[in-house]
Amino acid sequence: MSEEIRKTTCYMCACRCGINVHMQDGKVKYIEGNKDHPVNKGVLCAKGSAGIMQHYSPARLRAPMKRVGERGSGEFEEISWEEAFEIAIGWLAPLREKSPEKMAFFTGRDQSQSLTGWWAQAYGTPNYAAHGGFCSVNMATAGIYTMGGAFWEFGSPDWERTKLFMIFGVAEDHDSNPIKMGLGRLKERGAKIIGVNPVRSGYNAVADEWVGITPGTDGLFILALIHELLKAGKVDLNYLMRYTNAPFLVNGDENSPEYGLFLRDKQDKPVVLDRKTGKPVAFDKPGIRADMAGTHKVKGVTHRPGFQLLAEKYLTDEHSPEAVAERCGIEAKTIRRIAAELAHVAFEEEIVIKRPWTDWKGEKHEKMVGRPVSFHAMRGISAHSNGFQTCRALHVLQILLGSVEVPGGFRFKPTYPKPVEAHPKPHCKVTPGAPLDGPHLGYVRGPEDLCLSQSGEAARIDKAFTWENPMSAHGLMHMVISNAHAGDPYKIDTLFMYMANMSWNSSMNSSKVMEMLTDKDENGEYVIPRIIYSDAYSSEMVAFSDLILPDTTYLERHDCISLLDRPICEADALADAIRWPVVEPDRDVRCFQSVLIELGARLGLPGMVNEDGSAKYKDYADYIQNHERRPGVGPLAGFRGKDGKSSGRGEPNPNQIDAYIKNGGFWIEHIPEEAAFFKPWNSAYQDWAVERGLYDSPQPYVFQLYVEPLRKFQLAAEGHGKIQPPEHLRQQVKEAMEPLPVWWAPFEEDAVDTEEFPLHALTQRPAAMYHSWGSQNAWLRQIHGTNPLFVSGEIFSEHGFKEGDWAWLTSRHGKIKVPVVKMEALNAKTVWTWNAIGKRAGAWALDEKAPEAQKGFLLNHLISELLPPRENGMRWSNSDPITGQAAWFDLRVKIQRAEAGSGVSQPHMEPQKSPVPPAPQNVTYGEEFKK
Amino acid sequence: MTSLPKSTDKKLGLAIDLDTCVGCHACVISCKEWNTSNYGSPLSDMDAYGAQPSGTFLNRVHTYEVKTLERAAQVVHFPKSCLHCEDAPCVTVCPTGASYKRSEDGIVLVNEDDCMGCGLCAWACPYGAREMDVAEGVMKKCTLCVDRIYNDNIPEEDRVPSCVRTCPAGARHFGDFADPESNVSILSAERGGFALMAEQGTNPVNRYLPPRSKADISGNDQIELPAPALEAETGGAKGFLSWLDKALEKI
Repeated sequence: MSEEIRKTTCYMCACRCGINVHMQDGKVKYIEGNKDHPVNKGVLCAKGSAGIMQHYSPARLRAPMKRVGERGSGEFEEISWEEAFEIAIGWLAPLREKSPEKMAFFTGRDQSQSLTGWWAQAYGTPNYAAHGGFCSVNMATAGIYTMGGAFWEFGSPDWERTKLFMIFGVAEDHDSNPIKMGLGRLKERGAKIIGVNPVRSGYNAVADEWVGITPGTDGLFILALIHELLKAGKVDLNYLMRYTNAPFLVNGDENSPEYGLFLRDKQDKPVVLDRKTGKPVAFDKPGIRADMAGTHKVKGVTHRPGFQLLAEKYLTDEHSPEAVAERCGIEAKTIRRIAAELAHVAFEEEIVIKRPWTDWKGEKHEKMVGRPVSFHAMRGISAHSNGFQTCRALHVLQILLGSVEVPGGFRFKPTYPKPVEAHPKPHCKVTPGAPLDGPHLGYVRGPEDLCLSQSGEAARIDKAFTWENPMSAHGLMHMVISNAHAGDPYKIDTLFMYMANMSWNSSMNSSKVMEMLTDKDENGEYVIPRIIYSDAYSSEMVAFSDLILPDTTYLERHDCISLLDRPICEADALADAIRWPVVEPDRDVRCFQSVLIELGARLGLPGMVNEDGSAKYKDYADYIQNHERRPGVGPLAGFRGKDGKSSGRGEPNPNQIDAYIKNGGFWIEHIPEEAAFFKPWNSAYQDWAVERGLYDSPQPYVFQLYVEPLRKFQLAAEGHGKIQPPEHLRQQVKEAMEPLPVWWAPFEEDAVDTEEFPLHALTQRPAAMYHSWGSQNAWLRQIHGTNPLFVSGEIFSEHGFKEGDWAWLTSRHGKIKVPVVKMEALNAKTVWTWNAIGKRAGAWALDEKAPEAQKGFLLNHLISELLPPRENGMRWSNSDPITGQAAWFDLRVKIQRAEAGSGVSQPHMEPQKSPVPPAPQNVTYGEEFKK
Repeated sequence: MTSLPKSTDKKLGLAIDLDTCVGCHACVISCKEWNTSNYGSPLSDMDAYGAQPSGTFLNRVHTYEVKTLERAAQVVHFPKSCLHCEDAPCVTVCPTGASYKRSEDGIVLVNEDDCMGCGLCAWACPYGAREMDVAEGVMKKCTLCVDRIYNDNIPEEDRVPSCVRTCPAGARHFGDFADPESNVSILSAERGGFALMAEQGTNPVNRYLPPRSKADISGNDQIELPAPALEAETGGAKGFLSWLDKALEKI
């Protein structure tokens, strides 16, 4: 069937499935899933199978280019790599010596952040992040602060054992194949699936029960479930007592600077009451039984276990199903029944695995008891201005049910669980000509960790880790262009970006962003003076850049799916993987990471040059094999040591990549059986993780129902401590940084007249398309070539829409004209469309009359990156006030019928000139193999 | 006119689970990539990057909404390819003998050398399961990956149609419906597998497994509840502490 099979890793989306690439006559003939691979076990989605069309896409860039026309026009001249390097170094080297913060390096859907972050740190700029800020940082951060991990890369449901599965706010992505495989397994086993989503497509279509919730109210719904469970006493007290901070004693003196903080002993350990003796003791003292019912007085101040504060908060009537039903669009009796089902399955259908294990205090357990309810959630609940606290609420619900890291529940995938304490803090101290003082991104423990200048201004261009969004662990890529254009907090010189379509679908307010990118100052210079961009394809962003560094396709490159980065492990196994050039590039393009390493060497960055100034690494492959982040720990964990026999830790192996290729492109090692569950508290797991280099010492910890770092910010807002928020943010910090999950109405809802803008507007990603990248794909664009606005049956009849009609969709910020289609299986007050199908004419090597550029549209034009001005004239970013996550799904709109006119959606941008030759008319792929 | 075999030794076909299919199109594209470079001529894409792209696909997924007065609307994803009918009208209508049904396994195929592209078979098929390849001028259809299922160069476990091997949710099953003990016969019997548009008299081999009954938010909780309603146990905010104290004592 083919001459040879080459096994590598897919990159048609972020799932990182293993693929078998069948080759014939040096060309790619067929791509199928790799059956041995831990992520996809042989299956492959539509995108993965369409990889051939991506690899041979006519939109592939061919050589480095410099801009010769005006920005945005798309006029370029192809240049040599030497000239490209000279231009880049000519910009980057002087900046580094004088003011490295004027170079901002932001990478989009990059999966090599352990390299790009390390590079940016060595360069010395504080301005580095990837795309998490406009993706799902709320989910990740809420998970880390609560339990040391979240969903997807951090962990997954125990598909083989769970009996009741709830999935919130997930379209057909993240993480695509494993969820489909998991749902298939649940169906086979007859487990129940409840889908919570305003739209009943994809996974929600096959769910046994669909809860068509009103957007932005998931937090209210979840807290009502918690209310019901607490009222009925259906929480796992034994689990809470042992594995969470529920018993930690909390200071109750309203006037104290310690108010709301944990009582600590002399070793600074939080204290609990021992139920046997009634005495306060360190929480991790072996042999104690922590009390949650008592209180403890110290110097007249009553301290109460956090669990009491939690119960008191959620047992109030405002959290009852009746109180939230209308707002959520879910009947109270349905909320009560779902709570009852959760309780029933968790406590009446518990699973017991007879497998002894020992906890971190040395206590031996004969069996592993599981609560077979599990959850998964993604952007639908996180891309709101209340997303962090909503994600927290969901994690708290799982923990109250005792279903995290137990059989049948949610299970972490190594390198997680990893508590806040095991993560770095953010760093921002700039020294011209020298590296930054530490990693850019991290987890703040309190106000002292914010990235502020001496005068209290934002140290970073995206204002991450400031009082506006203190826990912005992934940065705010969506604010970079807007802030750089405004010179707020300061002006930058060079914006360096990779793999992010920021002039189009990855920005809020796309039309305005295009203006910012092309705006000139009084001297006729661009306000953002220089833009370097790397992409493999002729995307919209290419036209707005000055220097283009063309990347390879995913089949032409080396890569590592590293444990240092975003791992692909399984709950039962440690795993990582590579990409390698299964096809050599036939154009003058280079793997971006190799280019970055060469730029680093030419700049003489520490770690990238030898003592004599020569380049330390030949290319990315050389770096993957020989770089050591810590002694013995490098980008790849498998086949380490000179003989290739070490796992996790070991010397670099000069033949490591070959060993991966022989092994099918990946490496996997299973976790010992006794270490497979209760990972944060299981001494066998902790010891194994240290041996494998995941930690340098055991890191046992308990889950944080009550998050003390949040309370520290709140305390500051209440006037305590030296580091104080600015007055205009004091109230927001006080309200947002609640240490127990809380719900507030999405900010946009508060800021607009909801009678004028009565509808919610959302986007979802189709299963067969990954952002912009799919549109150049001859096969995938036949599935999703246009994106109608799906309108609920109620709205459709109210406005007298007919098939084939067009509508004006208006927000507080903008107006677009779009085709409409009726959809009944949709929350009645919601309209939605597929994400990123609309294209600018001239991009992606598509015909200017392509449906993507004619009928296709972006909702982005309706979304501002800023909220409307408040009374004092100040404007806040349209983001979560804790993490800065872009609040895409807060959007409110109104709809009116429109004349179809020419049948072109509005706004319609001027075409950009294509820097690549026109695409072929017809494709008959495979013809050459028949000869 | 072409005649059909009186009977076939095997009845190879697909059981497609509509309860599990999430409509992801994985099968559509896997089918396209396998079949564009294997059996017969390539599956072309006309105006591939243009205003009206139109390609040949042997398998497509359609999406329907089902709305009744009593229930919230439901979405059903419906993959459709040749059903390899026992009384296949596409075969009997073929003027050249290019369309035929194999007596050994029941697969309906087109011999492309004999096909003159008249399109009669596509008109005759009530399912719209055949597509004319515009570039080649021949009729294309699902072959059940006849070049995979008997292919000794492929590992034995992979000798199934490409769409079945790739389906992430496991919604597609391949087997012999003539054998009552086969995986597909058993599945179909257990799950009430049905023949599509049986009234057409085509006697399709493929079976669809219907979506299972679903609850919804319209208040009609039609599925059997595993749990009784939760009883208030803890006495609300006031009584909670004494409940907690007692409950902790029991641990």
